[in-house]
Amino acid sequence: MRSNPTNYQLVAPDSLQAVLSLLAAEPDGWLPIAGGTDVMVQYAAGKLPAQRLVSIWNLPELRHIEVLADEIRIGAGCTYTDLREHDLVQREFSLLARAAAWTGGIANQNRGTLGGNIVNASPAADSLPALLAYEAELILVSVRGERRVSYKDFHTGYKKTKLASDELIRTVCLARRFSGYLAYARKVGARNAQAVSKVCIAALGRRPGGVVEDVRIALGSVAPVPLRLAETERVATGKPIDPLLLVLARETAIAEIQPIDDIRSTANYRAEVVGNLVAEFLEKLGADEYHT
Amino acid sequence: MTESFSSEDRALGEVSFTVNGELKTVHVYPMERLLDTLRHQLGLTGAKEGCGEGECGSCAVLLNGALVNSCLVPVLQAQDADVVTIEGLAAGPQLDRLQEAFLRCGGAQCGICTPGMILAAHHLLHRKPDPTMEEIREGLSGNLCRCTGYIQIFEAVAEAARRRTTS
Repeated sequence: MRSNPTNYQLVAPDSLQAVLSLLAAEPDGWLPIAGGTDVMVQYAAGKLPAQRLVSIWNLPELRHIEVLADEIRIGAGCTYTDLREHDLVQREFSLLARAAAWTGGIANQNRGTLGGNIVNASPAADSLPALLAYEAELILVSVRGERRVSYKDFHTGYKKTKLASDELIRTVCLARRFSGYLAYARKVGARNAQAVSKVCIAALGRRPGGVVEDVRIALGSVAPVPLRLAETERVATGKPIDPLLLVLARETAIAEIQPIDDIRSTANYRAEVVGNLVAEFLEKLGADEYHT
Repeated sequence: MTESFSSEDRALGEVSFTVNGELKTVHVYPMERLLDTLRHQLGLTGAKEGCGEGECGSCAVLLNGALVNSCLVPVLQAQDADVVTIEGLAAGPQLDRLQEAFLRCGGAQCGICTPGMILAAHHLLHRKPDPTMEEIREGLSGNLCRCTGYIQIFEAVAEAARRRTTS
């Protein structure tokens, strides 16, 4: 049943500091809402437990992209549109630009934010495998100060994160050291727009001298959290890309994931697709036209 | 943002924003959906409720120039914003080029999706005046139509773009 707005409170402080003070005064008392593409869906369905919300939409402190010599710092309030249209994100972080471009449709890309995607913590979130592949770091902020944490440990379980109840994600930091990598991204779903993926992959690889020097393979919708395939990466590293490696990588990847049957797909189908995607990525990395 | 909403207050308050060029002030609960404010308080029924969860695009409006699904916008987030609905596109009796093209190409049948489709197309042509068919398909990919099969809609957008670039 639809929620009744008379039962809800929403405030919109005009600065990050004011939002943080509110969160600090009553931890767990306020739910931050940015573009509403997740929160308002729960609200519409009558499934939003929180009744007091604080808007962080369009706070200037959260909505800009800073390019430094060695890293790019993306404000957590940047939308998918901000990401996919940013020159440097397109050029150096194409996995993220592409994931942003196939998240939802244009209207949802204009409202959905990168920080919201992280905090919502869906294992099917399209942008999160890219953050794993780039080994993103997060700057978390509260009235107590800032802390910088590795993104790879941020999700502790299905829809669970390390964010404290008085904290917000302020910034997503990506190191600028992947320009020599092959970037491979695919979404497998009923359709690209709007549909939640059955499986999505973001992978990076370098093969400078005939053998795999470095690979990073991250997947969505195959485990309770977005998953990096550490064992598959390990077995591929240092090897030439030949049919034997493709078989080994496929088997290792399928053994590493924990897919489930749900309304969008089945565990068996997901496992088969993961094997195919990993093999396709390595084939591309091994192709003659790819040189670094 | 508005003094009407203190942190202790979950009552009605005032929100002001521009709609189709006119400044409006409404008395609302802050979590009311912009869609409901437009339709019920302001009488702008062009934006339609389809799915109510951001999937179908029939409630699309422009918020500070950006296409958004108004069913997912709490009205408080529209404070001081510039909102354009389908009612704001035509200049009096003179239809917008997109509206004319939809008429000529058979881009509207039952009409429920049409306001959102036209606003999505308007948003696309503003950013890409001469889009490829692929870009048209992507620009409208968040808008569902169960009547036309889409082809007439895509053709209407392409025709409107041609007229815009040649005129």
